[in-house]
Amino acid sequence: MRKMIEGSRAVAEAVALCRPDVISAYPITPQTHIVEELSQIVADGELDAEYVRVESEHSAASVCLGAVVAGSRAYSATTSQGMLLMVEVLYNIAGMRLPLVITGVNRAVSAPLSIWNDQQDTMAIRDTGWLQLYAENSQECLDMHLQAYKISEDDRVLLPVMVCMDGFILTHTYESVDMPTQEQVDAFLPRYNPLYKLDPADPYTLGGYIGPEKYQEVRYVLQQDCLAAKEVVKEVARDFQKAFGRWAGDVIEPYQCDDAEVILIGMGSVVGTLKDWADRRRAGGEKVGVLKLRCYRPFPADELVAAVSGAKQVIVLEKAVSVGGYGIVAAELRAALHGRVAVPVACAVAGLGGRDITMGTVDEMYDRARAGESDFFAGLRAEVLEEG
Amino acid sequence: MSATARRKPPLGVITRPGTSLRNKTGSWGIQRPVWDWSKCTGCNTCESICPEGCIRHLEKKQYEADYDYCKGCGMCAAACPAKAISMSTEHD
Amino acid sequence: MATQPFTYEISRGFLPGHRACAGCGQAAAVRLVMEVAGTNCIVVNATGCLEVFSTPHPESAWGVPWVHSLFENQAAVASGIEAALRKQGKLDQIRVLAFGGDGATIDIGFGALSGMFERGHDVLYICWDNEAYMNTGVQRSGSTPYAASTTTSPAGRASFGEDRPKKDLPAIAAAHGIPYVAVASMSYFADLKRKVKKALDIRGPKYMQVHVPCPPGWGYDEANTVEIGKLAVECGLYPLVEWENGEVTRVRKIKQVPVEDYLKVQRRFRHLMRGEAGKAKIAEVQALADENIRKYSLVD
Repeated sequence: MRKMIEGSRAVAEAVALCRPDVISAYPITPQTHIVEELSQIVADGELDAEYVRVESEHSAASVCLGAVVAGSRAYSATTSQGMLLMVEVLYNIAGMRLPLVITGVNRAVSAPLSIWNDQQDTMAIRDTGWLQLYAENSQECLDMHLQAYKISEDDRVLLPVMVCMDGFILTHTYESVDMPTQEQVDAFLPRYNPLYKLDPADPYTLGGYIGPEKYQEVRYVLQQDCLAAKEVVKEVARDFQKAFGRWAGDVIEPYQCDDAEVILIGMGSVVGTLKDWADRRRAGGEKVGVLKLRCYRPFPADELVAAVSGAKQVIVLEKAVSVGGYGIVAAELRAALHGRVAVPVACAVAGLGGRDITMGTVDEMYDRARAGESDFFAGLRAEVLEEG
Repeated sequence: MSATARRKPPLGVITRPGTSLRNKTGSWGIQRPVWDWSKCTGCNTCESICPEGCIRHLEKKQYEADYDYCKGCGMCAAACPAKAISMSTEHD
Repeated sequence: MATQPFTYEISRGFLPGHRACAGCGQAAAVRLVMEVAGTNCIVVNATGCLEVFSTPHPESAWGVPWVHSLFENQAAVASGIEAALRKQGKLDQIRVLAFGGDGATIDIGFGALSGMFERGHDVLYICWDNEAYMNTGVQRSGSTPYAASTTTSPAGRASFGEDRPKKDLPAIAAAHGIPYVAVASMSYFADLKRKVKKALDIRGPKYMQVHVPCPPGWGYDEANTVEIGKLAVECGLYPLVEWENGEVTRVRKIKQVPVEDYLKVQRRFRHLMRGEAGKAKIAEVQALADENIRKYSLVD
């Protein structure tokens, strides 16, 4: 059914359609509307779920962990400081091989304090073992949550999935979306059927410590399974297309890349901006393309390498920076290309702390990359730097 | 619904219940409790407070320890109100 | 000489073969609790002695479903399990227990514990109080008693050990207005079992704090665990109190012995036994015990 609703509302309705049994909620801007909408859905009797109003994000993730080990489907949402506060629980959930979906509303990290959008928070948790999917728009975001549960609970995966959604840009704007029906979702996403759970009838011990004689193998299996999950991400995207008639890419989604000489890569809502920019450049005869990186973890190295191998240059727009290193996605792409395809990759850090990424910003990125700069911040304001 | 068996849980995720029993902690101790059943009042203190849970009575006032698991701590002997238990370093 | 082989059913809940120290008060107390709890329960266990000595993969001493997550989130994980069971309609048949040491409960897990109490989850939380971070080497916790020597509050030429009083978590728990709070000791095992049974018959959040002497941490011959635990109670330093809905409803009366009888048999208080300064400290500890006795009317 077509609706014009706020992005947060779209996510809340999509999550409700997934029938979570336990929802844990701790408020933090700009995730708040999601948990508020969900609580209203529960309060109105439209979703039968236990809604646990926790006292911290560390507990929000822990409540989800408990619910999943007890055999129920769970959900939470967080951002920035909250995400960082729950980091050890995120490692725990992935290491214990528990299916779970959390919406990661992308927001800058303190200090300085900022409530505005960038992707430093989910970049900071890239090592945890969580799968990460980045949504370009509201429709894709709501669809991703349905796919995320299916991927996560697949026996071949058994890993938690974070659906990443740009704070304010997607959470607080209104878009026209097609909301599936409960029947459609039930047909696509069956009830959670745990492979193992806490059950007095079959009493397992979960979370025992493991010594040096075995730990490395356990982490090796975790790594292999996460890498192999890439195929499940693709499969579920295809299944979703069959069931709902929509396709937004699987691990990557190329836009006008076939004959592109320069390819820009982005994650999340900025991809829409990049596509608009590409359209303008194409109208002027320039052969540019945009590659949406939809699934960042596991990192689709092969798919990216294949997609850029015909280009003369790649420019990665990153809404995060690894302080003391530089670009994160760019570094991983350069590593994937190394020894395989010799395409130069430039990295432009932009949009931190909610700084608008305009056509002008992308022009600057393009010009500086074309002029040979390899790692730089785009859109810096000289007058602000002069203050300091 | 397919009837095919599902995969095993991933490596290291699950530990089976009661598998500690293979670890015979009786090798830890250098002394063992010996009961004088004639003094026993059947208060059940020894069986209650044993950290291993390896003391039992098959008949009332006939308590014994499982030397496969007894660590020889001596708590039972010290706590017995009737002084019916002594700790011995003589082993079979 | 055993006439019949010993058998250990999974249904005991907590089985031999675990790696607790010989003479461990906590292992004994856990066994007693699990005897009362039965098999229809789920245990959430914080990082600590109990978790480490009972579940070194691939061995587990547990016969009930058991999960360990982290050091400070056991109350939150238990809340999630409870919510899931409630949704599944199984909370009537399956009881949820959360276990943590004093460090896990009184320090690092304090926030999550308070949240669990405040939200009213039907969970029995048991704190195994051996009065320090024992598993990591006897470091001081908020529950370490006044004047005790630990590895991070050691007695030394310029110190008498721990200089802060014990954080009174049972009173804090009671202040949340939860249905039942009980302090117990492994040395009074019938009393402990009675309290566990009472707690499990109540719906809502319950807190129990069980005093569990620790031979290596406190410094005494491992055979004397039960006796040491009794002295702690009988001198007034560890009052066995019960609260219901925030009000004290029952205390265990004591005959009262001087605190020195308790202190002198533990290495962690040995530094108090020398000189006039030591005597002055003992008097301060006696004053703490006297205050407990007065506050809870422990002596008839």
